[in-house]
Amino acid sequence: MLDQSHPALDGQSVSIRDLQLDFGSVSVLRDLNLDIHKGEFLVLLGASGCGKSTLLNCIAGLLEPTGGQIFIEGKNVTWAEPSERGIGMVFQSYALYPQMTVEGNLSFGLKNARLPKDEIAKRVARAAEILHLGPLLKRKPAALSGGQRQRVAIGRALVRDVDVFLFDEPLSNLDAKLRAELRVELKRLHNSLDSTMIYVTHDQVEAMTLADRIAIMKGGVIQQLAAPLEIYNRPANLYVADFIGAPPMNLLRGDLRGSEFRGAVTVPMVGYDFAAPPRDGAAVFGIRPEHVLVGEAAATAPVRTEVTVEIVEPMGADTLLWTRIGEDDFRIRIDGQTPIRGGDRITIGLDPARASLFDAATELRL
Amino acid sequence: MADVAFTPDQAAGRPARTLAGPVGARPKSRITAKRVMIYGALGLVSLYWLLPLWVMVMTSLKGMPEIRMGNIFAPPVEVTFQPWVKAWAEACTGLNCDGLSRGFWNSVAIVVPSTVLSIAVASVNGYALVNWKFKGSEVFFTILIFGAFIPYQVMIYPIVVILREIGLMGSVWGLVLVHTVFGMPIITLLFRNYFASLPEELFKAARVDGAGFWGIFLRVLVPMSLPIFAVAMILQITGIWNDFLFGVIYTKPDTYPMTVQLNNIVNSTQGVKEYNVNMAATLITGLVPLSIYLISGKLFVRGIAAGAVKG
Ligand SMILES: Nc1ncnc2c1ncn2[C@@H]1O[C@H](COP(=O)(O)OP(=O)(O)OP(=O)(O)O)[C@@H](O)[C@H]1O
Ligand SMILES: [Mg+2]
Repeated sequence: MLDQSHPALDGQSVSIRDLQLDFGSVSVLRDLNLDIHKGEFLVLLGASGCGKSTLLNCIAGLLEPTGGQIFIEGKNVTWAEPSERGIGMVFQSYALYPQMTVEGNLSFGLKNARLPKDEIAKRVARAAEILHLGPLLKRKPAALSGGQRQRVAIGRALVRDVDVFLFDEPLSNLDAKLRAELRVELKRLHNSLDSTMIYVTHDQVEAMTLADRIAIMKGGVIQQLAAPLEIYNRPANLYVADFIGAPPMNLLRGDLRGSEFRGAVTVPMVGYDFAAPPRDGAAVFGIRPEHVLVGEAAATAPVRTEVTVEIVEPMGADTLLWTRIGEDDFRIRIDGQTPIRGGDRITIGLDPARASLFDAATELRL
Repeated sequence: MADVAFTPDQAAGRPARTLAGPVGARPKSRITAKRVMIYGALGLVSLYWLLPLWVMVMTSLKGMPEIRMGNIFAPPVEVTFQPWVKAWAEACTGLNCDGLSRGFWNSVAIVVPSTVLSIAVASVNGYALVNWKFKGSEVFFTILIFGAFIPYQVMIYPIVVILREIGLMGSVWGLVLVHTVFGMPIITLLFRNYFASLPEELFKAARVDGAGFWGIFLRVLVPMSLPIFAVAMILQITGIWNDFLFGVIYTKPDTYPMTVQLNNIVNSTQGVKEYNVNMAATLITGLVPLSIYLISGKLFVRGIAAGAVKG
């Protein structure tokens, strides 16, 4: 183990090099590289079973990687014990020690580290204040609500004064309202602590709202690592485009000829920021339901077409229209007050500058 | 039961808010033919099972003349505790005539260390097998479980040789060793399954909190596993207390456990058969496992159920 800081890792809080993890013959993580800056809030987002928890457990030292290296705060911790890594972890099931009081739960790690009594008391008091746990300190976990339990679990990481917090779907056992509240509390906590946080979720709202950067994973491979808006506006491939956004991006199949997309609609890609010089071939044109223009805005749009509204789904703030272009479903998100009914024929406008174009074969962004 | 409840609303000429049908708390169930049948049958069965106990207790409280008159079901005319005293302190077994008391203390000296030892080792075994899987731990577990299926009789003589070689043949400690080893497979299995049913994240959290092998075991897992410790304790105490075979083979008259001494008292061929003393001796011997059940029965049930339903 090398204890001195690595010059190549300046400014990196967590650095993962060529990480490989196999369960027997099943390879879950392959050659994974990831650099997480100091003080960053990084969200690992992906469908169930894609290896998010596995990656988090590797960082925590709870799983032994098959290959590769892990650095935390410049130190190679690949072989270090979880408690030596300067990390705190919060689990989905809270994992509070049922026979200890809240205070006991908070101080367990500190006692193991043989900290002096007054230091323990000071840190527990501080965590209790930050997380509003003061009146609950003498209770057992069974006598707490879900939200309170999760705050204790966060407190357990907080008292240990760690550099890196790891969260494994910490809010997914809570109801929607509490989830939204705790989400904001977490964001506040991050702002006030400026420690690094790595957060696993499969909830894209959590990912978009919390993250400085999002890493989207599929099958143990990171598909795209970028800021939330970048991922939303410029998804790196079809998988990411389809995964982010609810309802998902509309995708139309066709061909790219010159700089014109030809499918059920023809779209000259004027104003589109090509990732590479355009090459002819099969392509997929994608546009988000909320970026489709209707009404007056549609009249002035660069590309226009007519569609028939099949189904109207009012959701209050906005309304979702289901239509068809060629063979493909096409969804349009409009303001909730627009009077449109099923069967109406409407003109829609598309702005290529806000669209995405993917190679049909490699599925990569063009 | 009235079909429509008469509410103040109705009295005032307004429509009743309560409609026909059941209202509020369900009435406590009454005596029905079905219930009489069930309880009657249960009562009869319990009587049948309690009869031998009744006969034993009654006989042990009678003097020999009264016993000779027959009437084994009748309560004693003249209650005497002499048979109990004799069984405990005076009955003769071959060499010595100090009753069951010697066997009782021998049994205590055997049961306590074997129970403590076997549970201490097996619980750590189970914990390590679940949470600290090492290379070959599955093979180790399979071999251990296989041990539970080997007939005891096969091992009796090899153990005699082993105990002789290590100088424990005939001593209480030899028997303790034998009981500890023989209890290992089943008690390990019990603990392994219980620990496997606890959430894995708890163990992970404790590791992140810097607790080591013993810290996690003693301070996180053991405090939440008391029911399963109670189950293991009951199984071991009753099993070892009731053991006769190993006791008679691996100890000598001085160190015989209570069961062996009971046998020697009851089956002694000299003199008249003192039925009252025999009954009293049997009851005294059975009292220990019985009271263990009565004291910790509730914990026992909870521990058995704990594996099935996660808290
Ligand atoms: N002990 C194990 N042995 C074999 N395969 C495993 C083991 N643990 C996990 N896996 C596999 O590894 C893959 C990744 O699991 P992981 O728990 O990291 O998924 P995840 O992304 O956290 O999913 P979720 O969102 O459902 O929690 C899964 O396909 C899973 O089946
Ligand atoms: Mg997971």
